[in-house]
Amino acid sequence: MSSSKDRATPAALTLRNVTKHFNGAAGHVTAVEDISLDVREGEFLVLVGPSGCGKSTLLNLLAGLEHTDEGKIQLGEEPVRSPGRDRLVMFQQDALFPWLNALENVMFGLRLKPDLTEEERLEAARYYLTLVGLGDKEKARPHELSGGMRQRVALARSLAPNPRVLLMDEPFSALDALTRDQLYGDIQKIFMNRKKTIILVTHNIREAVCLGDRVVLLSPHPGRIQQIFDIKLPRPRRMNDPALATLAAEVTAALSSHLDSSKIS
Amino acid sequence: MKLHRSVIPTLLALLFVGGWEWFVRFGHVNEVLVPPPSHILSWFWESLRNGEILSATLVTMRRLLIGFAIGAALGIPLGALCARVRWVRDTLGVLALGLQTLPSVCWVPLALLWFGQQESAVLFVVVMGTVWAVVIAVQESVLSVHPLYLRAAMTMGSKGTHLWTHVIFPAALPGILSGMKQGWAFAWRSLMAAEIFVVILTGFGLGSLLHAGRELLRMDQVMGVMVVVVAVGLLADLIFFAPIERWLRRSRGLER
Ligand SMILES: Nc1ncnc2c1ncn2[C@@H]1O[C@H](COP(=O)(O)OP(=O)(O)OP(=O)(O)O)[C@@H](O)[C@H]1O
Ligand SMILES: [Mg+2]
Repeated sequence: MSSSKDRATPAALTLRNVTKHFNGAAGHVTAVEDISLDVREGEFLVLVGPSGCGKSTLLNLLAGLEHTDEGKIQLGEEPVRSPGRDRLVMFQQDALFPWLNALENVMFGLRLKPDLTEEERLEAARYYLTLVGLGDKEKARPHELSGGMRQRVALARSLAPNPRVLLMDEPFSALDALTRDQLYGDIQKIFMNRKKTIILVTHNIREAVCLGDRVVLLSPHPGRIQQIFDIKLPRPRRMNDPALATLAAEVTAALSSHLDSSKIS
Repeated sequence: MKLHRSVIPTLLALLFVGGWEWFVRFGHVNEVLVPPPSHILSWFWESLRNGEILSATLVTMRRLLIGFAIGAALGIPLGALCARVRWVRDTLGVLALGLQTLPSVCWVPLALLWFGQQESAVLFVVVMGTVWAVVIAVQESVLSVHPLYLRAAMTMGSKGTHLWTHVIFPAALPGILSGMKQGWAFAWRSLMAAEIFVVILTGFGLGSLLHAGRELLRMDQVMGVMVVVVAVGLLADLIFFAPIERWLRRSRGLER
């Protein structure tokens, strides 16, 4: 584990003792409990953990879409109270607007940036659609696209406005291996060039190790931080790098050891 | 062999009209009370030639369109307000729910007292018939917009007016449209009721024509007007609502 004191760069997001409960039809759930974490400006942080351990809930809290029951979250010096353009979320479901075509969906976030001209917006939208391999689909409505294509449009839509913080919930899960490998490269390039802060949720440990500066392993019921891994491999990283496989095995071992121990108890 | 979709309905319609004609002529039925289709047709032809039916239809359509437009123009923002503000929903929303069930003829006495036998009285009745259905429909469809769309839009920086015009209304559009359609049907009914019950001095509409037919014991006229009323309702649906609905469904992939 690393302390936040020896970091030179300031914290972009600060979480202090964050707890979130839900009272659903299935009863009371503590989705996230006592999470404290500093996410540095320009850091790529990856959240992993078994299904239901509160990863999506954590992203929603950071986005300001949900409110903490206890503890606090800060963006820089400001407490996070409501959603804003500086923290864009790419959701687990694609959340594309069915009344807009692919290009217009990508334009949606860009049009909310007043400092751009319409040509710059169009150019950016086309650039990101092409990046995700859908340059020829800009006129297609969401229902005319496959599930993976929709997820790619959603990816383009979240990258295009170039937000300060990007929160991504399993953005690559619906993609084929080939597109995915290519996007790992592209997202690292974007990350290095633009120096943004990215928090990404995934179930794919190799993906986590490939992309993250740090990998945060969460444990479920209630969702807590179990362990944090520092990934010191140089970028750009490639999925088939053996060093990456070694680290991934380490994280996987930690994940499964926890799963086993929770089964026994 | 595959027949065109319209063959069976046309045949059945002809059979029905023919049977009716035959039944009235040879079945010892009082032709004054139950006019045969040929009488209705000849009344229609005659009133087409003297312009009666056309001018009455125009008067009625004008009232309908104006009343509907006012009703929708009031209903859409009020429905949105009901969806947005809790206490408005608990007051105006509940009131709308109640008034929607009130047959609009019930407004006629009030309308007469307030406005006299004027155009405004009919319009008032039509607006009262339309507005509540639209309010309820808009409120419901705005409230059932999928929260995921709102969340996605908000994290991209959309809020306030932008959120309403670019996300909530487009997302709620199918529901709002079906509310408008219902409002249209209510407007049409309330207008007929108003025209039949009230002698409006400022114009002679279809309802007045129907009423006059009754007074003159011209059942061919009464039924002829009824046919026109049905036809206008159908046409409005065919040329206005149906294409919009089809376009909405197709562009969002909701077609069955
Ligand atoms: N709106 C809600 N109402 C009630 N319970 C909820 C709600 N949202 C999440 N939960 C519960 O909180 C817990 C964490 O959910 P969350 O969606 O954050 O999990 P996750 O880690 O994202 O899982 P997955 O990997 O399957 O996406 C789960 O037990 C879930 O049932
Ligand atoms: Mg999730």
